[in-house]
Amino acid sequence: MSAGRDAMEGQLILRVVSKFLIPVIMLFALYVQFHGEYGPGGGFQAGVIMASALIVHMLVFGLDETRRVAPLPVLRVLSAGGALLYGAVGIVAMLFGGNFLDYGVLGPTAPTGQVIGIIVIELGVGITVASTMVLLAFLFAERVRER
Amino acid sequence: MDAHFQALIVVLPLLAAPLAALLRGRTGPWLLATLVSWAMLGLALALLLKVQAEGTLSYALGGWAAPIGIEYRLDALNAFVQVLLALVAAVVLPFMHLSAAQEIDEERLPGLYAAVLLLLAGLTGITATGDAFNVFVFLEISSLATYTLIALGQDRRALTSAFRYLIMGTIGATFFLIGVGLLYGMTGTLNMADLGERLPAVADTRTVHTAVAFLVVGVCLKLALFPLHLWLPNAYTYAPSAVSALLAATSTKVAVYVLIRFLYTVFGVEFSFGELPLTSILVVLAMLGMLIASAVAIGQQEVKRLLAYSSVAQVGYMVLGIALATTAGLTAALLHLFNHALMKSALFLALGCIAFRMGGTRVEHFKGIGRSMPWTSAAFVAGGLSLIGVPLTVGFISKWYLVLAAIGQGWWWLVVVILISSLMAVVYIWRLVEVAYFETPAERDRHHEAPLSLLLPTWLLVALNFWLGIDTRLTVGVAESAARALTGGGS
Amino acid sequence: MTSLGLYNYWIVIALMMLGLYTVISRGNLVKKLIGLGVFQTAVFFMYISMGFVKDGAAPILTEGVEVYSNPLPHVLILTAIVVGVATLALGLALVIRIKEAYGSVDDDELQAMDNAS
Repeated sequence: MSAGRDAMEGQLILRVVSKFLIPVIMLFALYVQFHGEYGPGGGFQAGVIMASALIVHMLVFGLDETRRVAPLPVLRVLSAGGALLYGAVGIVAMLFGGNFLDYGVLGPTAPTGQVIGIIVIELGVGITVASTMVLLAFLFAERVRER
Repeated sequence: MDAHFQALIVVLPLLAAPLAALLRGRTGPWLLATLVSWAMLGLALALLLKVQAEGTLSYALGGWAAPIGIEYRLDALNAFVQVLLALVAAVVLPFMHLSAAQEIDEERLPGLYAAVLLLLAGLTGITATGDAFNVFVFLEISSLATYTLIALGQDRRALTSAFRYLIMGTIGATFFLIGVGLLYGMTGTLNMADLGERLPAVADTRTVHTAVAFLVVGVCLKLALFPLHLWLPNAYTYAPSAVSALLAATSTKVAVYVLIRFLYTVFGVEFSFGELPLTSILVVLAMLGMLIASAVAIGQQEVKRLLAYSSVAQVGYMVLGIALATTAGLTAALLHLFNHALMKSALFLALGCIAFRMGGTRVEHFKGIGRSMPWTSAAFVAGGLSLIGVPLTVGFISKWYLVLAAIGQGWWWLVVVILISSLMAVVYIWRLVEVAYFETPAERDRHHEAPLSLLLPTWLLVALNFWLGIDTRLTVGVAESAARALTGGGS
Repeated sequence: MTSLGLYNYWIVIALMMLGLYTVISRGNLVKKLIGLGVFQTAVFFMYISMGFVKDGAAPILTEGVEVYSNPLPHVLILTAIVVGVATLALGLALVIRIKEAYGSVDDDELQAMDNAS
């Protein structure tokens, strides 16, 4: 099993601490994600934080374990889907009679529409960034193992 | 609905790219990319007609009006370049199906088409936007797609040339970013039309001069002006055949557009060419490029590299026209931008046919193809004639206007340089014609003509080379009106 | 004294030159990418420090605050950072494939192998 070689099997402290930390990191990512329209934060940052949780998981428990949690095909679909979600908001805004990405038209009043629009858009960004980052880490890690 | 065309032409390929990456197999992604490129051609033509009828179009992205929001601004110049981009893409993509399937592993094909779509999105984005920072973003989108496309080449040298281009391209784009940042610091705006209005007040500061220097050097790296061209020959040589055709016809041309846009719209003719010594710098570099790159092209054994060096020389003609800073010069530059894209893509597609049948594009692969592949070699010769500038081809039209512009300035020596460079083109094209028609292949010939789906796009471009070389109303009319608008009507 | 007061630009220029020099002088492709990163970061600093307004607060709407720093350069640089990350990732991916194809990541050795073939 190559998983055993990858994983830090003997490192008890690392394993225990990361088991505690990974959920907290993920929660923090969600906070940054959904707090983005009021304060510092947003999809880019949240996506990277979320990805770092999975990358820590990969470093500590091994590539195979993490790929069971986040299979490659799912990541591929997510990374393209997030970008499409972003674009879809723009197109829907066009269908509602606004310009591309003019999400003021999405709600009954312009500010509501803008809140809806920015949340969906940031969600799309977050999904794409998180899955692309994990995908990159997987692909690099795979290459190293093959040799 | 047609109010949204300006945005759709960028959004369509941008959204199709992730979709293409999700599709599997060799036909699905290709079909998507081809349909998108045809839709783009329709949009670009509709926009060109609209610009000619109504004048400059403006589209406020996200409903935020310029100069605060990002504005997509379309005048005769960028509408013209968009038509060129969409036209080349719409012809090259049908060609890419067979050509890429032979040269690239099937599992990489969806990635190839996703990268092609991103390249198209980036390039049309550069031409669509009226925002200086947006230009940088789209420049990087198109560049990243280009590095990926080059790295897909069969030869392992494709990897090193992609890497070297990545380093050079990133330095160029970052220089551009520095220039934009300095301009923003001085004026507080990123909208190009707004910049053009606010800059004269602060034009005499060292900051603005530095910004001009960074911008021009950064863009010239991208358009491969001699001596910043070193990344180009390897990149074109080792990229997959159809990708070479696409890149040769589009990416340097869009960089030329950016140079025109910044020198004429943002900095203004008087500042760029009156106060700064840009005319003399650009003319000297362009002439050196025309002569040296043509001379280097003569000695090449790999035909793709030969054409790449010839591209460097041809970029010289365009920069020459820009540096003349007259309406006639700019018209010639725009015409050559369009026409050179037509002839280079025709030549690279003919090369793609040869690579498809002969398995390579070195001079020895040309032996006897005049007999075994008559249509392909005739297409190559026709493209070559256009490159030389024989009358009745588009190459003649643009060189003719360039010579007229040079005479208009009274620069007779420039005419001599243009003629010498054209004669060198005769030498390197003739060398290939000689091998193709008068040498017999070493072994008994088993090769036959390229399949129809490769020949049709090639001959479509060849036909355009002649048609637009005889009926010049369309191209010359648009180029002239664009040039007149940019130079402010006068001179 | 103004030239010292504009210390942020001195830092920017120093970093920029360091980065560019690393790109040019190092043969190792990974080190070239690191140099490229430093070079780009210098430009990010230039934008961000340019957006700072003296005595300005962070650009988050707060009651009782009148002066904010300019948020636009920050947003621009956020985009540029993402572009930089993408470039770096692509560069590293290319380095891995170069290492697999050539067995080396040294520019001079690669050049020699290319010339030999």
